[in-house]
Amino acid sequence: MRGVLAALALACALALAAPSASVAAGKAVYERCLACHALAYDRTGPRHCGLFGRRAGSIAGFPYSEAMRRSRIVWSEKTLNLFLADPLKTVPGTSMGYAGVKDGTERANLIAYLKQACQ
Amino acid sequence: MSFLNRRYFLSKSGLLLSGAAVALLAGEDALAAKSDKSTGEDLRILNTALGAELEAIAAYQLGAESGLLQKPVLDLAVTFQGHHKEHADILARTIGKLGGKAVSAKAKYTFPTENLKSQADVLRFAAALEKGAVSAYLGAVPLFGNRELAKAAASILGDEAMHWAVLRNALGEAPVPSAFMS
Repeated sequence: MRGVLAALALACALALAAPSASVAAGKAVYERCLACHALAYDRTGPRHCGLFGRRAGSIAGFPYSEAMRRSRIVWSEKTLNLFLADPLKTVPGTSMGYAGVKDGTERANLIAYLKQACQ
Repeated sequence: MSFLNRRYFLSKSGLLLSGAAVALLAGEDALAAKSDKSTGEDLRILNTALGAELEAIAAYQLGAESGLLQKPVLDLAVTFQGHHKEHADILARTIGKLGGKAVSAKAKYTFPTENLKSQADVLRFAAALEKGAVSAYLGAVPLFGNRELAKAAASILGDEAMHWAVLRNALGEAPVPSAFMS
């Protein structure tokens, strides 16, 4: 019985840690970004293609904030999830004056979309 | 809504926006008086908004000069561009009043021109920008340290939402597809 409970607890923990992300739902969330961002080219904000594995503030010629250039962030699911939840708290001084995507499922969907959008 | 009525509606909304702009300018002394550590963050938010507004002006210029827009949709695009010019003007002046340096328009903007083949394409492109603008302002409003700035940003948000709805209507889509924006 104790083993079953432990397995259930582990399953619940995994479910919470890795919610099933929807690319389609993430595309809808990405529409919120379209005032400033595009996948393939820089706008008010930098392009998102090539984001994963890229060091924050590293696109040549893009006018990043000093805070972003110095953040030493490398974009991954984990760092994006943190940043998108509260950009100004994660990188104080960022130009991205946006409160964030507060809902964890929406963030997971958005990240899932970003991961496949440029493939 | 007929385009005639829409023009009347837009005319009225323009008056409302002008009223908000006047209110912001009238509060300039209050803005200056509230300078504190949050001002730097407010300035960054304002400058990001200004950058997006300047790009929107360029996008509508692209649409207007594309030869793809027919009257009265062309008039609609020019009217909306005028609103964005008003937004940019008030944002730049506010940034200056707060002691910041307003960003300038880029010498060149990149737009997905290869995807713009018809009037509907241009309208969809503009609608996507306007919807994004609503979300951007929605995400900025709660961040302002100065509540007068939040109020002014919310006023612009309302205008962008009207643009989005009217563009959707021109596309034959439900102008207001949901009760809430995110």
